[in-house]
Amino acid sequence: MNLTADDPQTAPPPPPAPPAGAAAAPAHRTVIEPDRGWQLVDVRELWRYRELLLALMLRDVKVRYKQAVLGVAWAVLQPAMLMVVFTVFFARLGGLSGGDIPYPLFVLSGLIAWTFFSTAVTQAANSVVGSERLITKIYFPRLGVPFAAVGAAAFDFVIAFALLAVLMPFYSWAPSWQIVFLPLVIGVLLLAAAGLGVLLSALTVAYRDFRYVTPFLIQVGLYATPTIYMAVPTDPSPGLKLWLTVNPLVAPIASFRACLLGGPIPWDGLAVSAVVAVLLFVVGCLYFKKVEDSFADVI
Amino acid sequence: MATPAIKVEGLGKKYRLTHGQERARYRTLRDTLVDAVKAPFRKRGTTEEFWALNDVSFEVQPGEVVGIIGRNGAGKSTLLKILSRITKPSTGRVEINGRVGSLLEVGTGFHPELTGRENIYLNGAILGMRRAEIARKFDEIVAFAEVEKFLDTPVKRYSSGMYVRLAFAVAAHLEPEILIVDEVLAVGDQAFQKKCLGKIREVGSSGRTVLFVSHNTDVVLALCSRCVVLRRGGVIADGSPDSTVVLHLNDAMEDSDGQFDLHDHPARKSGKAPLLTQLTLRDARRPTTGFVTNEEFVAEMTISTAKPVSQPRVALAVEDAFGRRLFTVANYFTPTQFDEIRGTARVRCRIPRLRLGAGKYLVSVSVSDPYHGLLDSLDAAGWFTVESHDPYGTGELYQPVYGPVIEDSSWQVQ
Repeated sequence: MNLTADDPQTAPPPPPAPPAGAAAAPAHRTVIEPDRGWQLVDVRELWRYRELLLALMLRDVKVRYKQAVLGVAWAVLQPAMLMVVFTVFFARLGGLSGGDIPYPLFVLSGLIAWTFFSTAVTQAANSVVGSERLITKIYFPRLGVPFAAVGAAAFDFVIAFALLAVLMPFYSWAPSWQIVFLPLVIGVLLLAAAGLGVLLSALTVAYRDFRYVTPFLIQVGLYATPTIYMAVPTDPSPGLKLWLTVNPLVAPIASFRACLLGGPIPWDGLAVSAVVAVLLFVVGCLYFKKVEDSFADVI
Repeated sequence: MATPAIKVEGLGKKYRLTHGQERARYRTLRDTLVDAVKAPFRKRGTTEEFWALNDVSFEVQPGEVVGIIGRNGAGKSTLLKILSRITKPSTGRVEINGRVGSLLEVGTGFHPELTGRENIYLNGAILGMRRAEIARKFDEIVAFAEVEKFLDTPVKRYSSGMYVRLAFAVAAHLEPEILIVDEVLAVGDQAFQKKCLGKIREVGSSGRTVLFVSHNTDVVLALCSRCVVLRRGGVIADGSPDSTVVLHLNDAMEDSDGQFDLHDHPARKSGKAPLLTQLTLRDARRPTTGFVTNEEFVAEMTISTAKPVSQPRVALAVEDAFGRRLFTVANYFTPTQFDEIRGTARVRCRIPRLRLGAGKYLVSVSVSDPYHGLLDSLDAAGWFTVESHDPYGTGELYQPVYGPVIEDSSWQVQ
C-alpha cells in the first residue's frame, strides 16, 4: 500500500501570524496581463537577471567542453583545420592571395571572426528550442537564452585567438597598432550575431524548418562573405558591390584583419555594417519579444 | 485590509485546438505559406476554442497558506503557469505584491554533465537567487541534501534519490515572500517527503505566503489554512480546507454503479503497467456504491497480466473523505495465500460486516509480489457511501459526529 507521507491526523496549522512587512509597501509588484503585442525590451529586467545570464553562459561553456574529448582544443581546431583546407585548395590550387599578408595568417584571421559569428548564430538559433524544459517550468527573461548562447560562443572566440598569437611570430608578423580599434569591430560582429541569432531562435520555435534553414544560411554565408578568404577586388560590379556593402560581415571581417595584421580599415563599409547590425539586433529583439509569450504554449 | 499578496481578477486562458492535426503543436513554415496562398483572406482550419481557465477570481492575503485543488484538467496547472509568468492569460489580470519564487518542478535546469556543486549554483540562479546568497547557504543546502561526498561528481552519476534530494534542497532554500509550489513533493522516499513537507510548513508558519497546488488532500489538510477548489476552469469553492476538501471529493465522485474501470486511472503511479483493470464494489446482491452499516461489503478486483505473478499480495484500503486511512485489508494479513495469477483473474475480498458509519469513503487498491515489490497501486480507485441509519434497530441513528467506525459493544450495569 502506498501510504502517504504525512500523518493525516495532523491538524491544520494555526492561522498565520501577520507577516513582518505587511504594512510596508512591497518592494516587488508584478502585474500579469494578456498579451499586448509589440513591446520594448525590458533592459532593467535583463539587468536584474544578469547573474542568471552568466550562469547559463557558464553552463553552455562547461557542458560543451566536458562532453568533448578534445575539450578546449576544439575551439582552436575548427578554425585551424579550415585554415589548412583554405590554404591548400584556395591559395595553392585556386591561386587566391591575401595581398601582402601570408595567406595562412590572412585566412585564419578571417576564419576566427567567421567561426565566432557562425557558432554564435547557430547556438543561439537552437538555444530556445533546446531550453524547452526551462521555458515551460520557470519564468525569466527569455532573451537571456540566446544571449547566453552568444556569450558562450564568445568564449570560444577568445580561445581561438591563441592560435593566431602562436602563428603570427611563426610568420614573423607583428600586430598592427590598429589593434586599438578591435573592440569596436568585435562589437559590430557581436551585435550582428546576437541580432540574427535572436531572430532565428524565435523563428525556430514557431517554425521548426529553421532548424534546417540555419545551417544552410551559415554554409552559404561562409562563401558569400569573400573577405574571409580573399582580398576583395577594388572595383567590383555594381551588383556585387551592393552585396558587399549590405552583408554586415564583409566589412567587419576585413576590418578585424586590418586591426590585427595591418592594412587599411574600410571605415565606410564598417559604418554601414554597424547600422545594418543595429537594425538586425533591434528587429530580432522586437520580434522575439512579440512572440516570447507564446513560447511556453507552442514549444 | 492590507494589500493582498496575490489578486486574481477574471482570469481566463484560452487554447486553440486545431482539429485533424492534434499532434502537430507547432507549424512548419510551409503550412503557413500554403494556407496563405490557398485562402489568403479566410480564417483557416477548423479550430475549437478551449478555455482551460475561465473567469477565475480570488485573493490571497499576505501570510496565508492556500491550497489549490481540483481534478486533472481542472485548470490547476494553467493557473500555476500564469501565476509563475510562464504563459500569459487570455483575459483578466493578476497582481502580485512581493518577490515570487515558483517551483513547478524540482531541479529545473539541472544539467547531467555538471557536478553537484555546479548545479547548485546554476539551479539557484535559475530560481532567482543571487550568487552571494547561494554561497552563503551552500553548506546548508549540501547538508539538507546529504550529498557531501558527491559534490564534485556529475549529477548524471547520482542515484535518483540523491538527484531529487539535491534538487529539492536548492529549492527549499529559496526565500521568496510568496512561494508558489506544484506537487513537487511527490518525489523521493517517504522520509524525504516528510522532510520536504516540514520545510514547506516552516515557510508557511514564518509568515510568508504560500500557494500550494495539489490533489493530495492529506497534504492540503495538513498544510493549508484555506483551500480553493477548481473545476473545469472555474472556482467552485473557496474556504476552510475541511469543507472544501469534502467538496473536492464529491466532485471526484461522479455517478458510478459500483464498477470502476482502472485501465487509465489518473492516480496510477507513472511507469507502472496497469495490472488492476477493474474494481467492482457490491453488497450481498448487486454492484453498488451505496452500503449499509454492519452489512456485507464485497470488493472484486480484476487483475490482467501477461506475465504470471507468483504469490500475489493484494491489498485494499479505505479512506474517509478527508483522506484519512481507516483500515487496510489484505490477503497476506490472513492465512489465504495465492499461488499464481496468470491471464485475467478476479480477486474477491469480502468484509462480512462493514463497520463504518455514514459518510463517503474512498477505496485504494494495490498488488505486489514478494520478488518485485509493488506491481500496481491506485489511490482512490473507487468510492462508496454509507447511509446514515439505525444499525441496531433501536431508533438511534449513528451519525457522522460519532466518528466513522462503529464498534460492536455490549453493555451491562454491575
